[in-house]
Amino acid sequence: MKILVPVKRVVDYNVKVRVKSDGTGVDLANVKMSMNPFDEIAVEEAIRLKEKGIATEIVVVSIGVQQSQETLRTALAMGADRAILVVTDVTTESLTVAKILAKVAAEEQPGLIILGKQAIDDDANQTGQMLAALLGWPQGTFASAVVPNGDRVAVTREVDGGLETVDLKLPAVVTTDLRLNEPRYASLPNIMKAKSKPLASKTPADYGVDPTPRLTITKVVEPAKRSAGTKVKTVDELIEKLKNAGAIA
Amino acid sequence: MPSYRAPVKDTLFVLQSVCKLDAHSNLPGFADATPDVVQAVVEEGGKFCEGVLAPINHSGDLQGCTRHADGSVTTPDGFKAAYDAFVEGGWGTLMAPSDYGGQGMPHIIGTVFQEFSASANMAFAMYPGLNEGAQAAIMAVGSPELKERFLPNMVHGRWTGTMNLTEPQCGTDLGLIRTRAEPQADGSYKISGTKIFISAGEHDLSENIIHLVLAKTPDAPDSVKGISLFLVPKFLVNADGTLGARNGVSCGSIEHKMGIHANATCVMNYDGATGYLLGEEMKGLRAMFIMMNAARLGVGVQGLAQAEVAYQNAVTYARDRLQGRALTGAKNPDAKADPLMVHPDVRRMLMDGRAFIEGARALILWGGLQVDLAHKAATPEERELADDLISLLTPVIKGYCTDKGYEIATTSQQVYGGHGYIAEWGMEQFVRDARIAQIYEGTNGIQAMDLVGRKLAMNGGRGLRAYLGLIAENVASGKADPRTEALATGLEKAAGELQAATMWLMQNGMTNPDNAGAGATAYLHLMGIVALGEMWLRMAIASHAALDAGSSDKPFFEAKLITARYFAERNFPDCGALRRKIEAGSAAMMAMPAEAF
Repeated sequence: MKILVPVKRVVDYNVKVRVKSDGTGVDLANVKMSMNPFDEIAVEEAIRLKEKGIATEIVVVSIGVQQSQETLRTALAMGADRAILVVTDVTTESLTVAKILAKVAAEEQPGLIILGKQAIDDDANQTGQMLAALLGWPQGTFASAVVPNGDRVAVTREVDGGLETVDLKLPAVVTTDLRLNEPRYASLPNIMKAKSKPLASKTPADYGVDPTPRLTITKVVEPAKRSAGTKVKTVDELIEKLKNAGAIA
Repeated sequence: MPSYRAPVKDTLFVLQSVCKLDAHSNLPGFADATPDVVQAVVEEGGKFCEGVLAPINHSGDLQGCTRHADGSVTTPDGFKAAYDAFVEGGWGTLMAPSDYGGQGMPHIIGTVFQEFSASANMAFAMYPGLNEGAQAAIMAVGSPELKERFLPNMVHGRWTGTMNLTEPQCGTDLGLIRTRAEPQADGSYKISGTKIFISAGEHDLSENIIHLVLAKTPDAPDSVKGISLFLVPKFLVNADGTLGARNGVSCGSIEHKMGIHANATCVMNYDGATGYLLGEEMKGLRAMFIMMNAARLGVGVQGLAQAEVAYQNAVTYARDRLQGRALTGAKNPDAKADPLMVHPDVRRMLMDGRAFIEGARALILWGGLQVDLAHKAATPEERELADDLISLLTPVIKGYCTDKGYEIATTSQQVYGGHGYIAEWGMEQFVRDARIAQIYEGTNGIQAMDLVGRKLAMNGGRGLRAYLGLIAENVASGKADPRTEALATGLEKAAGELQAATMWLMQNGMTNPDNAGAGATAYLHLMGIVALGEMWLRMAIASHAALDAGSSDKPFFEAKLITARYFAERNFPDCGALRRKIEAGSAAMMAMPAEAF
């Protein structure tokens, strides 16, 4: 089975981002960029399935600026087999990405698509769902376990108040949650090998998709500063305060 | 708990803009080191050190190593798992030749990983570090049969290596060695004696430990000229490569030390242990020095590495900790106090750290490149030049970078005030760990004597002449641009002090060798400042070039230029003082009758 893993290049989770002074977005100039952590989990899961002999080939795909190539190389260094870069300089929106991925999936015919449940830059949490809808495939989102079995896959989902396991017919779309696995560090021999693994460069036009953004960002602001808290001595006092603040009736 | 982030961006800047890695892509091993591969290796190596090695640094220090009744030694919790991850990741194979399963990357790239790992966890990094040193000696002088039998497993990391020089009565003066090697009918030797201070001598990380041991054969002269080098495995190795019987070598005890608690420092007892001659009889010292020179550069890296991690944490603390108000008025009026960062004396400590660290990183990586060039450059002239330069600068990198490394670890601790003295903050560990680097692999006093007594005069002073020529070239290009003129002029003056001090030593050290000994440490520090100054000039020139080319990363290059200026203003003035100390000679130092102390 071939597995397709879409990955996104995002601002590194360690970076404390600043809003641009004109309020149009977050300042990304000279900021460390890395693979979206949820996508890293997706790559790891695919590699584990390959190590178990379930997957035969792992294709990683990224849609974004030319430097997304580095993100793909990271995935190749972790153990993916080949990469596809769809180059675009415009801000990528979930629907655009889902449309391109649907075309890539049509070409590649993977048995499984595994991707992060959301990207930590825009936290949209919709690409996987849109992709499944466009393909007409079943989806298992927020996965904390993925167990393929013949032409089906059991996906354990992290839902409010517990775990839910869905049994999906392949091909399917799975989005990863934090507890699915702990991604490995790229090994040195694999980093060296990654250089010679194939990386195809495409454009949205190659897939007949117009990447022009449909959404307009009106304003980006820093979160409001939190005001100082107060300590209460008793539960009664706490309830009193909450009532006064209108938080409870 | 302190934290560590690998300085990836600064490292890539030094590799590309100062060492100009691209210009060497024609050298063997460099072809694979394309910018994208180098970036990936540096980034992923950094991630590994941050994520796997750093988290067990503090806990490893607290727990230390344990020797059990049967002579076995266990490393602190988490070390075995981290070592397995290290082997799995192939990080120990970075520089080793592909013949033995290595990746064959240039020495300069290996040096990057040495720094990151020694910052993240110096005690851990020493286990693979000693292994690499032992491999280097076997590769250089071992018979094809020994290489075949031992190197692949050592390169892989399944086995590790050690170096055994010191004995209770024999430290720096290796002529005093007593360990004996009795030749056997089958060509092997029986090794008997006691070795002390053996780092990584016994532990639970690897399946076998390969000890390289200096010993004397029965008829050998009782001096350094009678020393031979032997390979003594913990477990004998069968012809098919499998492990055989336990050899007659065991760990008698482990030392309780000031720092690097997680590295087992062992007393090793050799009791008729089977050993194999490495190289020729009575040529052991030369073989050991192959290992020693690489080890000395590695220890210089440790000085830089401890300064880096201590500095990083001091910066964080100086940003977060609110104490007092800026001398020029409140900078943080919403709070009751300003961050430490606003105080000039705190800035002094942080800038001293930064100016040393970035300069030392450039010098050490540039030195790593010279090691590569000395072996791989296309022409014999280029190889000779690189070898001359790195021979000259090895004691400087070892001595200066560890003296300064300790100093910066201490000033970074100082930024914390009383909290720096409290174990929980982790700063005192950096100070304790950094301290050993000034002592082992030849104390810094020995480095100074090596520089003044051997390296200056080597090949009629060819190395120093070449180095001063190189500096003059860079000074000329620095002066050609008004923006770097002041820095270049400062370096020129500093190099002038170095030249004058050299002349004085040549003249006065000949007539009275004590004059050379008395000025040696000051001379080493003088050359250290010149060497870092030369790197700062290169970095300033490269930074202006990047800004002129419209680099998008203005803050990075502007910070470089500010630090370059700080380095020049705060370090070059010391050169004149050091020269005067040297020229004071040995008279007062040696005048005191010994009994008057």
